[in-house]
Amino acid sequence: MAVSGLLFIGFVLGHMYGNLKAFAGEESFNEYAHHLRELGTPMLPYEGFLWIMRVGLIAAVIVHIACAVALWSRAAKARPVKYAVKKNRGSSISSRTMRWGGLTLLLFIVWHLLNFTIVKINPSNGDTGGENPYALVVDTFDTWWMTIIYLVAMVALGLHLHHGTFSSLQTLGLTNSATSRARARAAGWVVAIVVAGGFSLVPLSVLVGIIEK
Amino acid sequence: MKLTLKIWRQENPTATGAIHTYELDGVSKDMSFLEMLDLLNEQLVTSGEEPVAFDSDCREGICGMCSLMINGEAHGPEVTTTCQLHMRSFNDGDTITIEPWRAEPFPVLKDLVVDRSAFDRIIQAGGYISANTGSAPEANSVPAPRDKAMRAFNVATCIGCGACVAACPNGSASLFMGAKITHLGELPQGQPERWSRVVDMVGQHDHEGFGGCTNIGECASACPKEIPLDVISQLNKDLRTALKNGH
Repeated sequence: MAVSGLLFIGFVLGHMYGNLKAFAGEESFNEYAHHLRELGTPMLPYEGFLWIMRVGLIAAVIVHIACAVALWSRAAKARPVKYAVKKNRGSSISSRTMRWGGLTLLLFIVWHLLNFTIVKINPSNGDTGGENPYALVVDTFDTWWMTIIYLVAMVALGLHLHHGTFSSLQTLGLTNSATSRARARAAGWVVAIVVAGGFSLVPLSVLVGIIEK
Repeated sequence: MKLTLKIWRQENPTATGAIHTYELDGVSKDMSFLEMLDLLNEQLVTSGEEPVAFDSDCREGICGMCSLMINGEAHGPEVTTTCQLHMRSFNDGDTITIEPWRAEPFPVLKDLVVDRSAFDRIIQAGGYISANTGSAPEANSVPAPRDKAMRAFNVATCIGCGACVAACPNGSASLFMGAKITHLGELPQGQPERWSRVVDMVGQHDHEGFGGCTNIGECASACPKEIPLDVISQLNKDLRTALKNGH
């Protein structure tokens, strides 16, 4: 759970950084998207790097979900009779929403891949963009309800990362003192804000017209 | 003080339990929580009803027997054990819900009494050191660094009450295990069995049916002895090291 989670943190940091290329304009963004396909060539075949990433991420998703299912079912078996009254004293919204929030993110990722990778659904004019992913991005986020879906997903991602970052460091046994625990909690805040905030910048900028075609 | 008490009543381990409501008058703010329950039981016995069964032993906060979930908090609203909780923490007219620890490995024996033998079996699996019997060795012959000794003493305050399990949304006993592993693992006497200890205790913990830890932190907040969450990190670190070394 912790190791696959840390891989995702690395991935979303890179993905978020790449998305910010949208601020550099249509040409730079499309060049970046094209470069991802050529990365590592001629050592790697065309799209080789991309497929290594995809296979790695799919493996990590499977591990992450398998661990989540195991933990969820163990928790259900460990407390078959629920409390009539139960207060939360040490938990946070983020730690309490890991399971349902994780499922929300899974649904979002399915939609996100349909939207930008597999089918390339363009909600405004049906144009899949072809060699112009920048156009698809702008068309997508010019649609207000699409921006809302993405922003809600980024709230879910921020919450998941806030607890997930701390939790993975704790599971790996790296928080053996009050100081290191506080640092791990701070890392959770930083990763959550940087990733969710960074991802949200592009849809928001398209919606308010800072980024346009 | 006048209180409305909602208490879990269950005849025996296999019976179906339910929450019963009782009105109790004449409660003093100076009573301990258990004395308040004693008062209720006097009233129940007088009226010919079965008294409420609950666990208690030392009544001075060191034995860990008095396990009650009070208004959704293990041991109630103060950082202490139920026996050291006083009625001054409540107000006249309050409704107080009292339930047993809820965990599959802690079966309810009767009313508010649960069987915590699962903890004993986890200790038997690895929570010990091997020492020769005979006359006590010279205390200073095995030096322990002060910081390690302090950490060991701090977490050795765990009384095995089970509040961590009761508070944990996953029903995990990781804080309890972590306290034992940190306590013994910080001291020279705990080293010979250190790596087999963590593997055996975790194995027994999972076998008993406790849940897995997701680092939520309810346990450390509920602990009457304020065992910090970093003992679970220590547990994970020891487990990682042990598995790497083939234990």
